[in-house]
Amino acid sequence: MLSNTGNFLLLINIFLSSLIIYSSFKCLKIKNNIIFKNIYQISLMQSTLVLMCFFTLIAAFVVSDFSLITVYQNSHSLKPLFYKISGTWGNHEGSLLLWVIILTIFSFLFLIFNRNHPKNYRLYTLIIQNFLILGFLFFIIFNSNPFSLISPIPKEGLGLNPILQDPALAIHPPLLYVGFVGSSIYFSAAMASMISNYSGRLFAQSIKSWVLISWAFQTLGILVGSIWAYYELGWGGFWFWDPVENASLLPWFAMTALLHSLLVLEKRNTLYFWTIILCLMTFTLSVTGTFLVRSGILNSVHTFANDPSRGIYILIFLSLMIFASIYFLFSKYKPTNDLINSNSKETFVLINNWFMMFYLVTVLLGTLYPIFTDAISNNKISVGPPFYNSVIIPVVIVFLFFMAIGPQAKWIKNKFSNLRSTLLILGGAIIINFAIVYFLKSYSLISNLILISSLFLIMSSIFDFFKKSRLSFPRIVSHLSFGFLILFIGLNHNFSVEKDFNLKLGEAKKIDDYEFALLDLKLSQENNYKAVVGKLEVNNSNTMKRRILYPEIRIYDNPQTLTYEASIETNFLGDHYLTMSNIDRSEYYNIKFQHKPLMIWIWISVLLLSFGGFLSLFKNAKNN
Amino acid sequence: MQKIIKSIIVFLFIFVLLVFYNSLNRETNYSTDYLVGNKLTNINLKSFDDNKIYTSEDIQKSRYTLINFWASWCAPCRIEHPYLMQLSKEKNLKILGVNFKDKKINASKFLNELGNPYYYMAKDTTGKQSVNFGIYGIPESILINNETIVLKKFVGPLNEQNLNDIKEIINSL
Amino acid sequence: MRFKILLIIFFLNLNINLYANELVEESKIHKNLRCLVCQGQSIADSNSDFALTLKMVVKDLIDQGKTEEEIYSFLSDKYGDWILYKPKINQGNLLLWGLPYLALIIGGVIIVFLIRKSSKKA
Repeated sequence: MLSNTGNFLLLINIFLSSLIIYSSFKCLKIKNNIIFKNIYQISLMQSTLVLMCFFTLIAAFVVSDFSLITVYQNSHSLKPLFYKISGTWGNHEGSLLLWVIILTIFSFLFLIFNRNHPKNYRLYTLIIQNFLILGFLFFIIFNSNPFSLISPIPKEGLGLNPILQDPALAIHPPLLYVGFVGSSIYFSAAMASMISNYSGRLFAQSIKSWVLISWAFQTLGILVGSIWAYYELGWGGFWFWDPVENASLLPWFAMTALLHSLLVLEKRNTLYFWTIILCLMTFTLSVTGTFLVRSGILNSVHTFANDPSRGIYILIFLSLMIFASIYFLFSKYKPTNDLINSNSKETFVLINNWFMMFYLVTVLLGTLYPIFTDAISNNKISVGPPFYNSVIIPVVIVFLFFMAIGPQAKWIKNKFSNLRSTLLILGGAIIINFAIVYFLKSYSLISNLILISSLFLIMSSIFDFFKKSRLSFPRIVSHLSFGFLILFIGLNHNFSVEKDFNLKLGEAKKIDDYEFALLDLKLSQENNYKAVVGKLEVNNSNTMKRRILYPEIRIYDNPQTLTYEASIETNFLGDHYLTMSNIDRSEYYNIKFQHKPLMIWIWISVLLLSFGGFLSLFKNAKNN
Repeated sequence: MQKIIKSIIVFLFIFVLLVFYNSLNRETNYSTDYLVGNKLTNINLKSFDDNKIYTSEDIQKSRYTLINFWASWCAPCRIEHPYLMQLSKEKNLKILGVNFKDKKINASKFLNELGNPYYYMAKDTTGKQSVNFGIYGIPESILINNETIVLKKFVGPLNEQNLNDIKEIINSL
Repeated sequence: MRFKILLIIFFLNLNINLYANELVEESKIHKNLRCLVCQGQSIADSNSDFALTLKMVVKDLIDQGKTEEEIYSFLSDKYGDWILYKPKINQGNLLLWGLPYLALIIGGVIIVFLIRKSSKKA
């Protein structure tokens, strides 16, 4: 019954999307500025019905309706309710419904929030967005239908991978989708802008809020994903330059660049075509990322299950998007007389875009290169953290300096009157850095430069706050938090301590400043898993602090999996992180201990970064 | 000029999409079986029974050698064992068995039960020697000639097809 | 006198640094080696049998006095370039290492060009 409801709702939505496109074309022919009332109504109905469809699927998961293949493959009756619900979008088919929800809701909201803009522009946006919606609805119905039936009906489901049963991972997809799926709306708006010749600052105002929303949520989504990786995957890192992680970062670079170039487009009415390119690029990167992650061509710890048929559908969709974009770009391109003054804010925005494109090219290249070398020369290589770190980090140093100086530049022409205060701040940053080196521990040259440049950005932002009016508060918050982010990552990296050793029950070991003892091993039985819980005492002989950590080895039943749960003790000074794993055919356990200073401040920095985006959003909404 | 740039851009996108399409049917799991043609050096394997050490010289005495890494605790090793027994009857081939991270009692029991196809018997209790051969899991087999050059690698248990390939190589001239 | 004390402290710091560097090197090498039987993990992060074996071998090689490059070279001969997370800087990977910087240079040129063009008009 649920399956029939779901399928029925999907089909209705295909009809509604087509109807919206048809009505919009009809409405375009009429030479007035009024959009048919029924277009609004159908859009609202579309969003409502898609939501109902989604709730139908959630219901199926909650009641454990195993007649649906998706529920059978990804759920289990003994799963806690929270994870039954979040399991709805924790799989390929269900997550596509989430895609469609964002696409339709954004479509409707954009329509009603843009009443001050020309009809043609709005209708073309609606049309293009609905083509995207149709594309995904077809994909769902013909290839990845969460409502497909299985017969005979299994008595029990296969269960959800235990490492996915985590609150952070439950909200990770929704946050991320508001981000990069939400970018679809300004993809459509950009196309509409070209088609209806609606350019300039009014167009910038039209999409600004949407870019801010998607940027802020994308930042949050990436944050939550990193937090999940840190807590769940057990190696104490939060970013691995894994292809799936990169897939979420690429649209973020484009969004950040777009955010900044919109400032220029709005204030000075220049950089229109570059802004359009960024709008098109963001969603194109989102779909490319989706393709890479779900098609099975990547080897990663994060990937969904492999299925090349999905890959073909997404590839076709991507190709159509790309060629449509190129077609309109090429046919509508007009060389403009953009005036960019040196020493002005426009220049610094361009510099931001310049660096963002560098990061984008680097990460895109690193992610795609193994695929290309394998396809062309059958040569298999890996591209991992050492590559990204060595290419990107030196450039970030210079980037941070520009981030500090840029916002202080004025529009049109800037006089460097504040050179003196800039140099003073730089001196302060250098002093603080060497104080850290002197009192604590010295580190590599690059680390020194990173600390100096991030301190420079932080102090510049703070100075800015005391100088300027409330107007630039959101920007100060975001730039400041970015400075903090790099600072804390740098400090964390340089002062982290790692110990990797083997212990058996009752044994103790002294390594450098630490003494470890495996005091106890308990067997515990939980709802859906058994666990071997270790009681590990960690003594820091410097601070005389004694800690007890409880790492676990968990054995889940459905599906049969073994996971290692880290024991993490968090406070504002740092984290103590410990994992224990068994060694085959031995009574020894492998212990990995890490002390990670200031870890929580890394998360707080990203949270503040995103918060700056929301502040800007509210400020923007208030002014318009 | 503009036309050229536009054509290049379009061509680039088509190229990228074609590579994506091509990659859809490729195997993502890595396997080292393409690493052939290298010469094995620094062969230093402890003998299974006594304190003898096997080096390259010992192995170069036979025309072809199949180096087979195995253990009593490895289930697929049981499955491939009959094929090894078949191969042990081949004239041009001698099989060097390297017992990997195993206990002598269990290994001996395994061979008593399923038969011993090995002309040379060695062991690698720590697993460190296996790295010298490029082994990353067991069972794994390497076919070399009398100059210790790798002719073929078999990652995973041997099957019928592998058997025929080996026979073809060792019986050709 | 104060200067001499500073100098002594400086050299003490250096020594501590060197010792720390040796251990750091082992960890750095582990992070650069890919676990062949895992899905996207380095041998530093993996607990698989293969990772443990490889860590032992790396330790032996370091003890034998091999440099980092020699270790990578040895392992990539045995297991292919795939085992290295840092792609080799050779002809095949020229595009990979070069294009980002090329993009940076091209971007810079475009910006300078735009500014020059604007100032000519003004």
